[in-house]
Amino acid sequence: MRNMDFTKLKEQLRPLAILEDVVVGEPPEEDTGSEARVAPEPEKLAAMHEPDYLARGFNLDVRVEAGKVVEAAGILDEHGFFLEAVTGVDWPQEGQLEVVYDYCLWQPQCRVVVRTRLDRQSPVVPTISTICPGANWHERETHDFFGIEFSGHPDLRPLLLPDDADFHPLLKDFKAHG
Amino acid sequence: MDNAATNNQETFVLNVGPQHPATHGVLRLKLTLDGEYVVRAEPVLGYIHRMHEKMGENRTWAQFMPNTGRMDYLSALSYNHGYAAAVERAMGITVPERAEYLRVITVELNRISSHLVWFGAYLLDLGGFTPLLYAFDDREKILNLLESVTGSRLTYCYFRFGGVYNDIDENFVDGVKEFIKTMRRSLPMYHNLVSKNIILLKRLKDIGPISRETIRKYGATGPVARGSGVDYDVRKNEPYSVYPEFDFEVPVYHEGDSMARYMVRMDEIEQSMRIIEQALDKLPAGPVMAAKTPRIIKPPKGDYYQAVEAARGSFGVRIVSDGTNTAYRLKLRSPSFSNLSLFSAVSEGMLLADALALLGSLDLVIPEIDR
Repeated sequence: MRNMDFTKLKEQLRPLAILEDVVVGEPPEEDTGSEARVAPEPEKLAAMHEPDYLARGFNLDVRVEAGKVVEAAGILDEHGFFLEAVTGVDWPQEGQLEVVYDYCLWQPQCRVVVRTRLDRQSPVVPTISTICPGANWHERETHDFFGIEFSGHPDLRPLLLPDDADFHPLLKDFKAHG
Repeated sequence: MDNAATNNQETFVLNVGPQHPATHGVLRLKLTLDGEYVVRAEPVLGYIHRMHEKMGENRTWAQFMPNTGRMDYLSALSYNHGYAAAVERAMGITVPERAEYLRVITVELNRISSHLVWFGAYLLDLGGFTPLLYAFDDREKILNLLESVTGSRLTYCYFRFGGVYNDIDENFVDGVKEFIKTMRRSLPMYHNLVSKNIILLKRLKDIGPISRETIRKYGATGPVARGSGVDYDVRKNEPYSVYPEFDFEVPVYHEGDSMARYMVRMDEIEQSMRIIEQALDKLPAGPVMAAKTPRIIKPPKGDYYQAVEAARGSFGVRIVSDGTNTAYRLKLRSPSFSNLSLFSAVSEGMLLADALALLGSLDLVIPEIDR
């Protein structure tokens, strides 16, 4: 986070972050890229951390409970961020689906990643399309690909998949042929 | 909406596409019209959806590179660049300077050729046939140049992790200089014949105004955002590659109408030429591939993000790696997806012909939206 002080933003986001740092067996992200290459051991995931921008490409990483994504979107919206994309990541071993929100600021340079983990059996997260109308399509796409339910979403019909699609291709147990 | 659209209850649905010339590819629009006025516009997507993101999980990192040229087929090299830079960031590969210069030169040539296609096709939408022939004549020169160095004319796969696969020669350098000379003659002609044309002005001025706030709320980027007074260009605001070494401007227009988006792209052609000229002048000697690029690409566990400025806006690659030779998750954020998503909101209450002028001014490439 160069050029500008994002203390206020961080102060506002910190209460939303999952308070206790959790230890997971196969961490999806590490705090430091270069060290991870030598020591891929289970490690603590900080609920909110500032990764090395040059190594990672984003400035702030916040993990929140599913119920807090709207509040986080509201705070970032207030600070002038725009929503770059919404997507999912499937973690079948942990029985979880991750939803990742990428936010970006025009100026000064700042990228914030907000992520939340959902139960893989019943993945439900509130929609943020009330705050960023642009999220409407991103959430529809994520629903297509992962089957994640965005509660309160105005229209969750398939966007990119056929109307009668009953599969979610980016789940790890969906096998593509060829 | 206090025009005819609200007064009358009798509406009908007009289906535009998926095989309609104005939708450039296979986009379908379901337009609810009241007479000539758009009451509701619903873009229907997915006709050319290929699930590139799943393909990314099924093949090695290097094998996915050709896919990147098949999303936005008009500015394929920017997509090469975004993907290569994302993997290089994850792997910690440093690209030799000469290779980065070649990347910038070819990407900017590609940007010009993309804008030329848009220029020709957009005027075709608006009913002017001739400019297309001129634009394609100029574009042909770029395609020949890029073919001589990349081996292909449209769906390029020129970048490698750690550099580019082919160096340029004297002929290429001379050809590019010659092209810039002819393009500098063409641009004023385009402005004289087209940009100042009264019919074009009537079709574009004050048509489809998009506010700054709408741009932000929908995450629109690229010339669409810059036509609404948003000074945001990834090359400047989040510099990558060797862009900081060049002196160029980011054209910004504040009107927010279709004409502003038109002017942004026309001005960008000149700026891209400035970048190319400087890059050719300063082109350092040396290798075009990093010497120590590992044979097998296995980015360390974790996630990485890289954005680049493609011809249509910010193209982002989000990589989630589990340390193997294939991606665990590969998210491709394409600019036209967000740029098109604001169409419904903006086109409400517009005349049908104006709505199509707005649609064309967004410069959509459907395979990039559908991925």
